[in-house]
Amino acid sequence: MGKLSSTLWLILFVLPQQVLANNQFNMRKGVTDISNDVYQLHMTIFIICCVIGVIVFAAMFWALIHHRKSKGAKPAQFHESTKVEILWTAIPFVILIAMAVPATKTLISMEDASKADLTIKITGSQWKWHYEYMGEDVAFYSILSTPQEQITNQVDKSSTYLLEVDKPLVLPINQKVRFLMTSDDVIHSWWVPDFAVKKDANPGFINETWTKINEEGIYRGQCAELCGKDHGFMPVVVEAKSEQAFANWLSEAKQAKANAAIADAALLDQILPKEELMTLGEQVYMASCAACHQPTGMGLPGVFPALKGSPVVLGDIKDHIDVVLHGRPGTAMQAFDKQLSIKQLAAVITYKRNAWGNDTGDVIQPSQIQAAIDATSEAK
Amino acid sequence: MSSVTEQQHDQAAHHDGHHHPAKGFKRWLYTTNHKDIGSLYLIFSLTMFLIGGAMAMVIRAELFQPGLQLVEPHFFNQMTTVHGLIMVFGAVMPAFTGLANWMVPLMIGAPDMALPRMNNWSFWILPFAFIILLASLFMPGGGPAFGWTFYAPLSTTYSNDNTALFVFAVHIMGISSIMGAINVIVTIVNLRAPGMTWMKLPLFVWTWLITAFLLIAVMPVLAGAVTMVLTDKYFATSFFDAAGGGDPVMFQHIFWFFGHPEVYIMILPAFGIISTIVPTFSRKKLFGYASMVYATSSIALLSFIVWAHHMFTTGMPVAGELFFMYATMLISVPTGVKVFNWVATMWRGSISFEVPMLFSIAFIVLFTLGGFSGLMLAITPADFQYHDTYFVVAHFHYVLVTGAIFSIMAGAYYWLPKWTGNMFNITLAKWHFWLSLVSVNVLFFPMHFVGLAGMPRRIPDYALQFADFNAIISIGGFAFGLSQLLFVVVVFKCARGGDKVPAKVWDGAEGLEWEVASPAPYHTFETPPEIK
Repeated sequence: MGKLSSTLWLILFVLPQQVLANNQFNMRKGVTDISNDVYQLHMTIFIICCVIGVIVFAAMFWALIHHRKSKGAKPAQFHESTKVEILWTAIPFVILIAMAVPATKTLISMEDASKADLTIKITGSQWKWHYEYMGEDVAFYSILSTPQEQITNQVDKSSTYLLEVDKPLVLPINQKVRFLMTSDDVIHSWWVPDFAVKKDANPGFINETWTKINEEGIYRGQCAELCGKDHGFMPVVVEAKSEQAFANWLSEAKQAKANAAIADAALLDQILPKEELMTLGEQVYMASCAACHQPTGMGLPGVFPALKGSPVVLGDIKDHIDVVLHGRPGTAMQAFDKQLSIKQLAAVITYKRNAWGNDTGDVIQPSQIQAAIDATSEAK
Repeated sequence: MSSVTEQQHDQAAHHDGHHHPAKGFKRWLYTTNHKDIGSLYLIFSLTMFLIGGAMAMVIRAELFQPGLQLVEPHFFNQMTTVHGLIMVFGAVMPAFTGLANWMVPLMIGAPDMALPRMNNWSFWILPFAFIILLASLFMPGGGPAFGWTFYAPLSTTYSNDNTALFVFAVHIMGISSIMGAINVIVTIVNLRAPGMTWMKLPLFVWTWLITAFLLIAVMPVLAGAVTMVLTDKYFATSFFDAAGGGDPVMFQHIFWFFGHPEVYIMILPAFGIISTIVPTFSRKKLFGYASMVYATSSIALLSFIVWAHHMFTTGMPVAGELFFMYATMLISVPTGVKVFNWVATMWRGSISFEVPMLFSIAFIVLFTLGGFSGLMLAITPADFQYHDTYFVVAHFHYVLVTGAIFSIMAGAYYWLPKWTGNMFNITLAKWHFWLSLVSVNVLFFPMHFVGLAGMPRRIPDYALQFADFNAIISIGGFAFGLSQLLFVVVVFKCARGGDKVPAKVWDGAEGLEWEVASPAPYHTFETPPEIK
């Protein structure tokens, strides 16, 4: 009997754990205490379902094999049994209660984001993530870095195809990190399977969740809520570093930000040549604008307007700068004043006014962008 | 109009010439006959099933390999959206309404549905709803691309200019469903033959009665949701816009308050069909009739208090999450009772494997599989990992395709000889069954794996580790899609001719529908039958 029960234990609980853990058939165990708890819940409920399924279907297939008309089976006359019916209502009920207890415990600890060491504000927008280290004056956008040629099958795909970004979110291990989620446009959902963290980013509201990573590494996820055309091209990448390495990274990021501000200030006195602006402008356009307005500038009729021959692009420069800086509230057109540097903005506006036969000949300088930004902040 | 000889011929049933159908298309356009309208619903549903299926083929073709090959992401989103809308509102729901039209009066000994003119109207507005919906695909900007769940603000501020067409199409579908539901309720309550007491009702009638109440309760909620989307988009209201004091999550609460009962609207009649077929081919009375009725009612009641389990990741208070987790887990109790009852019905029966029984057995196993993944999804902490992945896609396709649609197939094969007077081609039908059974599992089972491994749903392109499974899934998809053409052939051939069948087509069948001739005469039970 002892042998039988230990064999059963091996088959039911140990074997599936060994076979199914962290392979491409199953949920990941992940790298946090919570993700491990979630994995255990998942396996427990899965095994319970399997056991119930085996018992029920064994009974059914027994009947299908032995109680066949072709074997001369005569039908029995019974058609109810209060005892049996009460029994098979009560037993599932007890199993459910047994399942609800650990689930409740895990859920309550998942929802307790108090006493965090670090807070990150995550803002989704079509189709990128923005990360802000609260109180640290570091913030940046994180955009898909897979080149268009891989997506359209012109070149071989890299091993991290569609799961790679230009700037990953960098986090320390062994610290409780609180996430505040919101969105600038539609609903997105920030998901990293290895943390068992998935939370919707709702426009106009702030959601809260947390994680505490146990191991250094790079963890990849994706937006999980349909958010429009490029929902499938909005990955999440987190780089977890040791606490010391994270502190170093943070101070470097602050330094880089200060350097960029100095470089921007220097640009104000410069006149950049049109060729340089056009080259940079094309890069910026492909990264930030082409998803909607298309690489051809033709847009998608009825969804996203064309820029080729557009009255805004061919019209007054100030109005054009204003639209790019502040977006068009109530439409999919985003505000780019915080997303791009003044040099990038000058370049991309120059590009739009001269590409695809728009040929206005206008060249916009970073100083003009800065002037427009100053004018708005004064107006406020 | 009918000739004198014909009148004399079946004088007993038809005392008056004007009860005969008009000729040509007018017969179908003007008909108030429950059998004609039932056929119209079923033919319409089959057509929509093929159109929605063709869209699924587009989706699976694009997902056959990583990278973008065939369609743009914007069009891909239109395909997933319209596939969902067509299958839910165009294929499954009209099929059940068609079966109700045909079978409810026959099962309760009524001469027709209680409100025949409304019956005509509730069918004939449906094609227009779907013409509007499908036409929007061909307009600049395309059709709806925000998922069949049309979450705001993706469906309001950020949707294309044709959203109004989607809204009006859904309105018309809703009106049609409500009228159909009223008709079913009024018929069952008022037109039962004398002696047909509540606890003698066939289970298909019971489940449809409960379904009809669910429809009346929630279709107006859906109408409210689409109307708010309409005014948010075109008339500057802010129901779902935080900038104007609204809340996008409120949309989801309203939608799923409709959406979860809607799920049971698509499965309760299936339970009724299976509870009819299993006893027939087990040659044994249904086990636990009363508990079946109570289980169906409890499922219907519980369906109103579980909606937020679709929204665990939206950010709910932990008390709310716990409530919806417990309530959802509770549903598995009455659902389990049903499965146990079906197995107990077969137990020590005298079982044979005609085509309707094959589909019913497949239903019991595969629907239960979908129920298991449903129970897993109820566990909130695990749901955070499953939510919006292919695991969910696998779950609801198991309950809707191998659940609802397999039950419809089972019902169609069960009653087709009664409708046409001919036995269908059994060999072809068995081919249809076995091909469907194998391919549907190749199609949907690996979706569990890619979902658990982290593939989100509604994406036109995916990371490389999902490539192998997606190729297998697509092959299963094409095979399943093609297999359904066999069903069309079987139905078409059966309508044209075949071996004549007696009134009682299946030797173990019980119920009033087997007491009328096959094919069922145009008018039945003009004098109510006697119920012992």
